[in-house]
Parts: sequence; structure tokens; C-alpha cells
Amino acid sequence: MARMLKFNIFRYNPQDPASVPHMQSFSIDETESMTLFIVLNRLREEQDPSLQFDFCCRAGICGACAMVINGRPGLACHTKTKDLPEEITLMPLPIFKLVGDLSVDTGTWFRAMYKKIESWCHTKKVFDPNAIEERMDNDVAEAIYELDRCVECGCCVAACGTALMREDFLGATTLNRVARFILDPRDERTEKEYFDLIGTDEGIFGCMGLLACQDVCPKYLPLQDVLGKLRKKMAFAAVNNILPSFLKQDIKL
Amino acid sequence: MQIIQTDLLCIGAGLAGERVAIEAAENGFSVICLSLVPARRSHSSAAQGGMQAALGNSAMGEGDSPDVHFSDTVKGSDWGADQECSRIFADTAPIAMRQMAFWGVPWNRVVPGEATYYKGGKPFTAFEKPENEGLIHSRSFGGTAKWRTCYTSDGTGHAVLYTLDNRAAQMGVEVHDKTEAIALIHDGDTCMGAIVRCLKTGELRAYLSRATLIATGGYGRIYRESTNAVICDGGGMIIGLDTGVVPFGNPEAVQFHPTGIVPTDILVTEGCRGDGGTLLDVNQYRFMPDYEPEKAELASRDVVSRRMTEHIRKGLGVKGSYGDHLWLDIRHLGEKHISTKLREVQEICESFLGVDPVHQLIPVRPTQHYSMGGVRTNKDGAAYGLKGLFSAGEAACWDMHGFNRLGGNSLAETIVAGMWVGGKVVEFLAGTDTIFKTEAIRAAQQKQEERIKALISGSNGRENVYAVRNAMFDTIMKGAGIFRNGTDLAESVTKLTEILHRARKVGLRSNGLGANGELSLALKIEGMVKLAQCVCYGALQRTESRGAHTREDFPERNDRDWLNRTLATWANSTDDLPTLSYEPATKVFEIPPGERGYGGGKIIPMDNPPTATPKGAKA
Repeated sequence: MARMLKFNIFRYNPQDPASVPHMQSFSIDETESMTLFIVLNRLREEQDPSLQFDFCCRAGICGACAMVINGRPGLACHTKTKDLPEEITLMPLPIFKLVGDLSVDTGTWFRAMYKKIESWCHTKKVFDPNAIEERMDNDVAEAIYELDRCVECGCCVAACGTALMREDFLGATTLNRVARFILDPRDERTEKEYFDLIGTDEGIFGCMGLLACQDVCPKYLPLQDVLGKLRKKMAFAAVNNILPSFLKQDIKL
Repeated sequence: MQIIQTDLLCIGAGLAGERVAIEAAENGFSVICLSLVPARRSHSSAAQGGMQAALGNSAMGEGDSPDVHFSDTVKGSDWGADQECSRIFADTAPIAMRQMAFWGVPWNRVVPGEATYYKGGKPFTAFEKPENEGLIHSRSFGGTAKWRTCYTSDGTGHAVLYTLDNRAAQMGVEVHDKTEAIALIHDGDTCMGAIVRCLKTGELRAYLSRATLIATGGYGRIYRESTNAVICDGGGMIIGLDTGVVPFGNPEAVQFHPTGIVPTDILVTEGCRGDGGTLLDVNQYRFMPDYEPEKAELASRDVVSRRMTEHIRKGLGVKGSYGDHLWLDIRHLGEKHISTKLREVQEICESFLGVDPVHQLIPVRPTQHYSMGGVRTNKDGAAYGLKGLFSAGEAACWDMHGFNRLGGNSLAETIVAGMWVGGKVVEFLAGTDTIFKTEAIRAAQQKQEERIKALISGSNGRENVYAVRNAMFDTIMKGAGIFRNGTDLAESVTKLTEILHRARKVGLRSNGLGANGELSLALKIEGMVKLAQCVCYGALQRTESRGAHTREDFPERNDRDWLNRTLATWANSTDDLPTLSYEPATKVFEIPPGERGYGGGKIIPMDNPPTATPKGAKA
């Protein structure tokens, strides 16, 4: 027997002077293999064409459609209604600036992040188009890719206790990005340079260890491990120069 | 209205757009990229399998060279390609891959020693040379003589786009995301930028630029069932076609990928078959070797999609509530391979189908996937018709793919053409000045403001934009699917004319304020229907079968009459049909037309076949 689903959706269009933030209810009949991608598009086409939300790849690859689904940040496109109760509440991600309804501006936040941590390989080398590529161990390539899989959906930031309290917190996605560069032999930054980037309360030491980031990550990134090792590495980076040699540690990620 | 000026305006911030942007920024020019979405969500990120480049590092790629790559590409195109572009591409691809490695792409690398690979479901052993340890590895893709596809697991597009966007940020390339170019600013002779709608606030802005690049990807979303992201709705072709002077090259050249999953039409990579996966029918029988004894599942995509459709038509498909489908089997590749090299595929199967591909079969059918057609450019990437306008990537008809592109060649094209066209844009910027005519800017602005007003007020009518789009979806698939015929195409052309009239009468049901999605679609629905009409009308006129364009009533490839490229323009915006003209497919024949070696089919030869010109010859 097909269910009739009830959706409570946050509505507010900042560009419409008549609009005030409120919740709006919609009913829709559930169909086979239904996802929130199907639901929201049907609602817009059949019930309310002003409804705002973001989708892009609709395949769980691009990270565009993160929202808070029954209290939990997740990607709408791969969320199946059969895994949800009859009544479903959809809210926009917190922390990111609201564009309207369920749509938020993640682009500005992430671009500022790239600048803050200089999210690129720092090297003094110059590319030589006539040379063969520098060699890399395949295991190293796979380890980098493991962390490079982040899709910048913003779920980990939206679920982060620290990020909710202080807006300058870098968040798990950013710290994971730094870890990706630490692993990459092509990035010539020193441990001290990395420490200057993230060895602060806005960085790794702001993390309270609640680890909702890992719980909600739709790509199953090993954020708990990454944050734990990064914290240890940065802690030793801070004190290695005053520790006796037998206590110094170089932590591998 | 806010006016923003820059040297180069890239419309689109996927791989092609950003690669051109980086080239310009590295040479000291100011660059702004416009993007419907944050740059890293561009559809480039969804490309899974890899990029073809003749590095020849892997055991199964030994002996590869740009010449072999060139030859595969031209055969794959069914001789529809511009051979000068295919040559530039094949020669430049290895450098572009190495540059991406230099910038930070974690390409999978050669692991020396004995390795077990699969071909057609059966294991075999190859020996990876110790001296190649740590160089970029490659996997097999369809229609290739060598294993040539460089990859990062099955997230190649993602990994390359993230690295390229890092580089763009480093070079100070500005990305204005959540913006949409809705018209080019031009005077019929020179392009001066674009009128752009902000998708955060709904306001219009003018961007003035000396050079403008269209890099908006393909037009797959004029089909209902497409593997493409929802943003791939042909926005770049629409604003090009709207000028009346920029031609849309080979609109009828539309690729169907053999393995879209059923339902939802999400792609699972050709890497599944490249790594040894097989296609099975309702009896779990492997049928492809019966049709294609040599290449089997790894013939070119147009061929495999046709054979699958033929097999389903024989009643050997699997019946399901979403129509007939076939099975993709990768179980024999084993859990380790699937969870490392085909990880995205595993996630997609689990999330969207509830299927674990380690133990279960994946339901697939051919699905619209790629647009070979696009904004026609010369080999420098300069668009026909307007000075200062360029195009690259899937948006462009450059045209290295002709009537069928090989898997792994489009993702590679984005950065190779981006590098090449970027160089030409830099030359253009260094040597050319533009006069920004306020008259042209004001005219373009007023026209767009009036369109928006009319849509909101309903002064043209109250047609429902979604109903019009649905009518277009039904009609294009009936005429311009995998197999086409004159009767259905003629019917589609007639219907699309009616649908175009309806599209001109669309009015909003919502208030259109802010980043309103109904307005976004309403602003482009007329253009989308025009693109659909270009596809169907171009396909109706082309009375032959070439590559992905298959006419049941004209099964031969007709080199005598049709070894050419369709150029569609929309001369007056109120016309019902595009104006078609034709140009030779290629000025240079390094490889004169011949057999592809797969796919069967008869060829009507040219009356005076050309002799081969020397390697790398220019027209």
C-alpha cells in the first residue's frame, strides 16, 4: 500500500519583501524507488513552482543537494523515502548563507577556505612539458585520493558543534583538505607551515571531538582518524623543539 | 545594472572553462568564470572512468603512441572528425596528463610485477615492468587498440576538477558561482560579453569582456532520460544560437552510453567493461561476442548501445517496471577491485538500486550521455560567426569526435583543448582590442529585462513551462533516439514546431522573485526546444548512418554525399526551423575514410577518395 508522505519544508525568500520565514506542509504520494530528488522536483512542478532547492548531478557525486533531513544533514539526492517515516522535515543547512528555502550558498564559504589554507600544491619546481611525470607510489596516490574524495557538500560543517559556536572554525572538510596535502609529496610545505595554518583554536585544536562530522559524511571519509592524527601531529609539532630527543615524535597520517 | 569588466569571461567553470581560465591568468590577464553551481560541482566532477592519453606506461599500453590514439579517435568518430583537431588532441594529451600530475592529481600508478586483469569476464596475467614503477597507469576503454585511459579510481573527473580548481584559486581566477549567462552581448560582428542573471538574488548584471568562452558542457537535458547533471541543458548552445550567426555544429550527433542504470539513469562507468565486466541478457547469457566477435563489450559506445537495443528488440531483455533492460556483471572482478577501482560504481549501486555489485547484477540500458555537437569553432577554438567568442570542451564542436566519441576522450578533451584553446585565447588577448558599444549592451539588457517582465506578467500567455518541457522530452526521444527513421523524425519536427509556439507563450505561476527556479527554466525553454529541433531536423536531413546517428531507412554510411558536418543557425529568432548548411568534415585526411573494424554496416564510398596526407599536415 503506497504511503501518503507529509513534508514540512522551511520557506523563506529573502528577495521577496512579503516573505517571512515559516514552515510549509506538502502531501505527496510515495512511488517506487522514490528519492528526495524526485519528491522536491515533483513538488515544484505540481504544487509550488516557487520552491527553491539545489540539485546538480543527482547521483551523490557533486555535493550540491545537502540539507537537513529530519534533523540530520545529508544529501537529498540519494536519500530514499522508504528509509524515512511518513512525516519528513526538510531544513536548509545552517552556517551557510541562505539563498532561499532549502538552497544555501556553499560556494563562497569554500572559496574562502581555499584561500585561508592555500589549498594547492606548494612547490618551487616548474613544470617541464618535455619530461616524463615524477614517479609516485600507487599506495600514496590511493591514500591521497581517499581524502580527496570530499565533495564539499557542507554536511560536516553543518553538523559540527564548534562550527555552530564560532564562525571562524575551519571545520572537518578543511582540516581533511590540509591532511590531503600533508600526505602529498608534491606539496613542499613544512610541518611548521602547516602548524601555522591549523595549529590554532580555529583549526585542529578547536575540534571538541564530538565527531558528528564522520557520522554525517555522505562519502564515508575517515574524519575521526584524520582529525585524531592531525591533532596529535600538530601537538607534537608544537612541543617537539622543547622535548628531549627520546620523546620527540613525527606522527604519520 | 551592475557592469563588470574583465579580459576573459569563461561561461562555465568545469574542466574546460577553468583550464582556459588558468592559461589566461598565468599570462597576466584578468579572468572571471561564471558557473551555475560552485565550480567543483560542475558536471566534469561526475566523470568516472578516466582520460585517454598515449603514455604507454602500463603493460597493456605498451607500444602505444599518439599516432595509435589518433587512429582510434578517427575510427571512433566514423570519419566525422576534423582530423587536424584529433591530431592536436592526440599529440597534446600526454603533456596535459603530466601537467595535471604536476599540479596534484593522484593518478593511479604502475605497480610492478605480475598483475591479474580481466577481459570479457576471464582473468589473464600481465607483467608490469619494474622500470615503469610509479608512472601513470592506464585501464582499458572501448574502441581502443591499447590500454590508454589514465584514471584515479573511478573518480577521475572529481580528482582532476578539484586539482584544477585548486590551481585556479592559486592563480587568482575569480569564480562567480550561482550565475547564469542568459544572452551574449554582440553587434552581429563582435562578442563583447554576456548578460548574466544572479542565481542568488535574481538580479541582472552585464559582464564585458574582450574574449568570451562558452564552456557550458552538453545539451543532454533536452532528453528526459540522460546520465547528465540537471544543469547540462544546453545553456551555452542556446545563447550561441540566439545570436543568429553562431552555428551549432552536428546537433544530431548525440551519444547514448550503454550503461545507464535503471531507473534513475545514473551512469556507471565504461571502466566496468574496460576492467572486464560483461553484459548479460534475460537468460544471463553473454550476448555481445555474438554481435562483435572481436571487441565484444568494448566496441565503441554507439555500436554497443545499438547491439543492446537490437538484443532487447529480440525479446531478450529483462522485463521490469521501468521497461526492458539488460544486466552488467562485474561480480568476477572481486570485492577488492570493486571497492578500490570501481568504488563510485559500488556506492551508486548501493545507494540508488540497493544492489551490491560484488554479489549482484546491475540493471542497465543505453541512455543519452554525450553531445558531440556544439558551438562550432575552428581548430583554435574560435567560434564561427563572432569575433572574440571561443568555445571548448563538450560545449564545443571543435570537432575531434565526429559522430561518436570514445570513452575517456571527452574528459581528456576538456583539459587538452583547454590548454590549446587557452593558448589561442592568450594570443588573441595579447593582440586584439575591443570596443564595448553601450548601444549593444543596453539593447541586450533591455531585451532580457523585457523577457523577464513578460514571463512574470504572463503577457505572452500562461503556458506551463514544465508541461512544455515534458512535451519536448516525449517528442525528441520518439524521433532522435538510438535508432531513427524518416517517418518518426518528420513527425517530431512537426510536433516540435507546435511545441516551440507553446514555449513562446510560457508564463510563470510563481512570482519570479529572487533565485526562482521556474523563471530560470522559463528563460531557456524556447532555446531548449530550438536545440531539440536542431537535433531532429538535422537528423531528418542526414540520410545516412554514421557513428551514433543511425537511420534504419538509410543504414549505409554514405561518404559520397554525407562526409560533412551540419551547421545549424537560427537566422531569425521567430523562425520555426533552423537554417542548415554543410561543410566538409575535415580538410585534411591523414586517414582516408575506411572500415572501423567493428559495428558492421555498409559504406558508400566517395566518388574520388582522397589520398592520405602526411602525418600532422595542416590544411
